[in-house]
Amino acid sequence: MQADTLLIIGVNHKVAPVEVREKLAHTAGCENPVVAIKTIPGCRECCFLGTCNRVEVICSTSESESTARAIRQHLFAGSGLSEEEVEKYSYLHVGQEAVNHLFRVAASLDSMIIGEPQILGQLKKAYKAAAELSTVGPVLNKFINKSFSVAKRVRTETNIGSSAVSISYAAVQLAKKIFGTLADKRVMLVGAGEMAELAAEHLIAQGIAGVVVANRTLERAINLAQRFNGTAVTLEGLASELENVDILISSTGATGLVLMKDDVKPIMRQRMNRPLFLIDIAVPRDLDPKLNDLDNVYLYDIDNLKDVVEVNKSERNKEADSASRIVDEETIKFQRWLDGMEITPTIVALRQKADELRRSELERTLSQVKDWSPKQIKAIEVLAASITNKMLHHPIAFLKETGTPVEQTLKLDLVRKVFALHPDTNEGHDDDELSS
Amino acid sequence: MALLFQITFVAYLVATGTYVLWFAKQQKEARMAARWMLTVAGVLHTLTLLTRYFEVGHTPISNMHEAVSFFAWSMTWGFLIFRWRYRVKNFGTFVSIGISLLMLVAAIASKEVAPLPPAMQSLWLPVHASIAIMANAFLGMGFCGGIMYLLQEREIKSRRFGIFYERLPSLEALDSLNQHCLSIGFPLLTLGIISGSIWAKQAWGTYWQWDPKETWSLITWFIYAALLHFRFTMGWRRRRAAIMSIIGFSSALFTLWGVTYLLGGIHSYAG
Repeated sequence: MQADTLLIIGVNHKVAPVEVREKLAHTAGCENPVVAIKTIPGCRECCFLGTCNRVEVICSTSESESTARAIRQHLFAGSGLSEEEVEKYSYLHVGQEAVNHLFRVAASLDSMIIGEPQILGQLKKAYKAAAELSTVGPVLNKFINKSFSVAKRVRTETNIGSSAVSISYAAVQLAKKIFGTLADKRVMLVGAGEMAELAAEHLIAQGIAGVVVANRTLERAINLAQRFNGTAVTLEGLASELENVDILISSTGATGLVLMKDDVKPIMRQRMNRPLFLIDIAVPRDLDPKLNDLDNVYLYDIDNLKDVVEVNKSERNKEADSASRIVDEETIKFQRWLDGMEITPTIVALRQKADELRRSELERTLSQVKDWSPKQIKAIEVLAASITNKMLHHPIAFLKETGTPVEQTLKLDLVRKVFALHPDTNEGHDDDELSS
Repeated sequence: MALLFQITFVAYLVATGTYVLWFAKQQKEARMAARWMLTVAGVLHTLTLLTRYFEVGHTPISNMHEAVSFFAWSMTWGFLIFRWRYRVKNFGTFVSIGISLLMLVAAIASKEVAPLPPAMQSLWLPVHASIAIMANAFLGMGFCGGIMYLLQEREIKSRRFGIFYERLPSLEALDSLNQHCLSIGFPLLTLGIISGSIWAKQAWGTYWQWDPKETWSLITWFIYAALLHFRFTMGWRRRRAAIMSIIGFSSALFTLWGVTYLLGGIHSYAG
């Protein structure tokens, strides 16, 4: 059996502007696309990761080329982009490259804000969802779980996490450049998402004076507002509340714009031109891009925030380098495991292992007794050989049995585990990663 | 004496160069050196002015060279005293460039000592001229603040960060810098106009005669008065305040130079 090829097809903030990413954010249909992707011919296992900065399809396939093309078509279906544009705005990683890429993503080395901690949680969530829908099998189980442990290793062995900042941190830096002190400023969160909560926590740590939460459902707004000792309003009350806040962070799941230029224009006069800092972390965007044309209004979307981080990036680059080395090392280890997931090398490895055992045990025994005749020695050697051969017969027959590709991989993994054939030494720790 | 002026000028240029170096490299040693250099230049400048005072026998603010030199001196000490109470990141770089430009003008202008006309032989000369020029010094610092505001705002607004974003302070800090400069500069400007008017009554017998310099200083006064007024009533702050303080200072400079060279009038022999 041919070992599966790993593929990653994706779009991230590096290759595609926010306008393109919006088109495939899968916000409209709530169904996880893995079920549909799994039906693509050649696709044996798959997992889908969608965050506000990236879309990644992780897939294990038997025919890499045609499957990759089909997955890409599926991702961009309905985006209205031409084939060339699709190729320009997406990337395809195959084999070892794919391994390296996922490890980098999990370790937050590929993040817009290097070292930001959210991506690992998002990847864990994506994996869990795929596991529940049974679209992941032995290869991806191993692969994705391994990426978790790589991320963990990077976090403990490098300093990337300590200087790590998230988008909300970048926003805090900018807010300070605009307002000086944040002590008497108020922030409004539009949309009660995880991202908004994180941003609010950052701002509260900076001593912000008050929090207002605006949400489509008032109930969720109230829940979130209570956590921050803030007040809650519905989306209809958004514009009138703008007069009293200085920073607005929008992260709704709305498909259209939530706040227009004309809504804000009259408010700026009422605010006596006190500046207003608008942060749009939603994809698709919530805030009218024209808002930035207003005097004393500063509008930033996710891509713009990247530039803020770019400014003090050099400090983190050193940590990123040592993190990259860890990722490269783990990639090679994993590749070795992946290469082993074929029948012939597994059988060879199994035989080798048995032969080594037989030979070393024989040597030990024979060196202890001196008065055996050559005939006796011969008999002992035959005995040892036939025991190992008989012991190996069923496992090898079991491996050679035909079955579905997923079953084959499972069997290979099982046999390799039972006989400890993995080149990777810290084997046992990986799989309990999810529970942590 | 001319030599002392030239040494002072060079000291200012070195201070400015060091400030620019500090701005570019952001090394603390450069900032310390720049501050010391500027203080040394300020002390040298004080000596230059004193020597000139004894040499010409009256307050050395009677021609363009003296007026602009005094302007630079006021700005130096205004800045040094200012930053003793109130600090703004990298403000020194911008102010020192302004001072050096003023010194350049003073170096080019004629240093000849002319006999003082009888109308100017008055105690009002040091009072009126020094107040008016010190007003210009603070308004000039406000101008620097306004430029810094616009540079910083442009980077934040365009969301493309260049050399200024990290180096300049927050917009809020720059706006309050503008406010601070104005709150000293504007009262001085008012006092300058009032003292000039009293002196005019004594020297020419009338408080106000719509001489071009008087008219332009009034225009300057109105620009700043409008800025202060609308700041409190209509929220003219930040960007608009920065632009207004740049316009206001341009008008002040025109009062100082433009009027003298272009429009003439009874004031034109003075700075």
